[in-house]
Amino acid sequence: MLEVKDLRVSVHGKPILGGLNLTVKAGEIAAIMGPNGSGKSTLAYVIAGKPDYEVTSGEVWLDGESLLELEPDERARKGVFLAFQYPIEIPGVATMTFLKAALNAERRARGEGDLTTPDFMRRVREASKALKIDMEMLRRPLNVGFSGGEKKRLEVLQMTLLQPRLAVLDETDSGLDIDALRIVSDGVNALRDPNRGFLVITHYQRLLDHIRPDTVHVMANGRIVASGGPELAVELERNGYGAYAEEAV
Amino acid sequence: MTAHAVPRSTAESTLISQFEARKELARSPQRAAAFKRFAERGLPTRRVESWHYTDLRAALADAAPLASAPDRTAIEAAGRALKERNKLGTVRLVLLNGRLIESLSDNLPLGAAVVSRGGKPLAVDDPMVALAEALSLGGCSVEVSDGAQIDKPIEILHIVSGDGALSVYSRMEIVVGAGARASFVETFSGAGPAVQRHAVTALTLAEGAKLKHAVVVEDRAELHLESQIVEIEAGAELNAFALVSGGTLSRRQLFVRMLGEKAKVALGGLALLDGSRRADTTLQVVHSAPAGTSREFYRSIVDDEAAGTFQGKVVVESGAQKTDGAMKSQAVLLSPRAQMNAKPELEIFADDVLCGHGATVGSLDPEQIFYLRTRGIPKEEAEAMLLEAFGREAIERVEDEALADALRMSFRAWLASRGGRPTEARA
Repeated sequence: MLEVKDLRVSVHGKPILGGLNLTVKAGEIAAIMGPNGSGKSTLAYVIAGKPDYEVTSGEVWLDGESLLELEPDERARKGVFLAFQYPIEIPGVATMTFLKAALNAERRARGEGDLTTPDFMRRVREASKALKIDMEMLRRPLNVGFSGGEKKRLEVLQMTLLQPRLAVLDETDSGLDIDALRIVSDGVNALRDPNRGFLVITHYQRLLDHIRPDTVHVMANGRIVASGGPELAVELERNGYGAYAEEAV
Repeated sequence: MTAHAVPRSTAESTLISQFEARKELARSPQRAAAFKRFAERGLPTRRVESWHYTDLRAALADAAPLASAPDRTAIEAAGRALKERNKLGTVRLVLLNGRLIESLSDNLPLGAAVVSRGGKPLAVDDPMVALAEALSLGGCSVEVSDGAQIDKPIEILHIVSGDGALSVYSRMEIVVGAGARASFVETFSGAGPAVQRHAVTALTLAEGAKLKHAVVVEDRAELHLESQIVEIEAGAELNAFALVSGGTLSRRQLFVRMLGEKAKVALGGLALLDGSRRADTTLQVVHSAPAGTSREFYRSIVDDEAAGTFQGKVVVESGAQKTDGAMKSQAVLLSPRAQMNAKPELEIFADDVLCGHGATVGSLDPEQIFYLRTRGIPKEEAEAMLLEAFGREAIERVEDEALADALRMSFRAWLASRGGRPTEARA
């Protein structure tokens, strides 16, 4: 469903991705591991459509549609979801208002009417329960003053509500203690579906103990330098990234 | 130095002939004195410090003809138009062309009354206030008696007849008696793009009085000039706010004097500017007595080629020890050609005070917009959400909940009117 072909990306003139190829199939959980600065977050942002990332060549396809021509919100409405490493704080916008706007944006794009308030509240309440999100938290401004764990749980709540076709998780484990990691991972695992693909970006093996990947790719210097099954993550944890750092570019 | 070394502008010459042509005006010694004060200085230019960002002499090609008292046809037409309109308050007074029209106005609640009193000289050093004192005919005084508690807001609706070129001068006075409490909203509505307006509102708060006052400028006057002259006695509290979404050139000037101990004033506003509109808020708060508190909190959203101005000066006189003052102006610019001038100032002559000021000018945060868009929210809607949050924080300072709700609705209507116009497309 996701196909990335020879993707080259620069930021402010500096090449970050240098010919990256990647395929994620429906139902697959693909993990991307790599050292800091290898371009993992750039890949996530480029898939989501962040401005300031200059795609110098290559293609990104989702279900046969070229994503690179679409605006970030159009991509989201086609089913791309990016769980941010650092979710953005937005003072003055109540989390609940934001969730409603996001759900309705998708519905409007499909030509459906807005959710009724009771229907919306029911969905939010159900999804929040499993993630141990207190409804009081959702009345607060979006991500403002939220702990690291609260922010990540809220990302997974959004993902649960929006039911994306492709979920990109950017270092979702960073800043989480072990309990929060379990809650967040359970939330992600609950969304595993034969029709949904996941791209799980992480620096550490520990997230992959909770979210079991089907495939593991190693990224270094802006390219995928090795691919394999879950055993590759274990090997990386043991031997580090040193062996791969020299292989690219 | 001669007060007026340059030749009269067309507008100034017109104003002089307008005043002289109205014998009933020229016969009043008070008006004649006021007009003289205006004529000596003429229309303000950039050289007048308090008018530095609004060169009225340059902006005003000519003075529009003075509005005359509305006739029966005009009053009936206004009455029909009013039927379509929701009242902002529960009770409404209507000023048509600057004159109170009793047949269009409601009876005031118990404890408040329209009184007739000769307008006393306006003790403010400003040429335009002097001009208004000379030319305003109508207006009205509302008195809230000592101890009266009026919770529901009273609306004062300023409307204009017809759509031709008119200049409308009005004088409004609200006197809140000792220990009384009241809430007013002044709405400026229905003026077309050829109307020049100058509305003077004097607010007088006796000891321990509490007044909530809001202004809504929603029409399209060529010139919306408003002078608010405020006197606050000991222990009295004023909460005043203005939502400016209309006017080709709007200038609100506030002259606030805190005359008694422990007086409190909270001034705020939200200016919504698009096209090539300009809005200037210039205020002066003078602490003349000890232990007063003043807060000024103004926000502006400036789009297209519009320009906003905030000039605030807080003066703490030598006797005004223990003054607590804080002033803030914040603006969001939505286009590279939008402008904001911000000049907050403090003048402190007492040594035991706590005063501060700040001003920020910025644009919407692209990281926030991107985050919202990754959730499927279209760009224009994402921007509107952020702008609404920005403006709502200003409106939150309005203490009257019903008024705040009405202001939020007007604000949302303005945001909706610019919907589908993402900022980048015009960058």
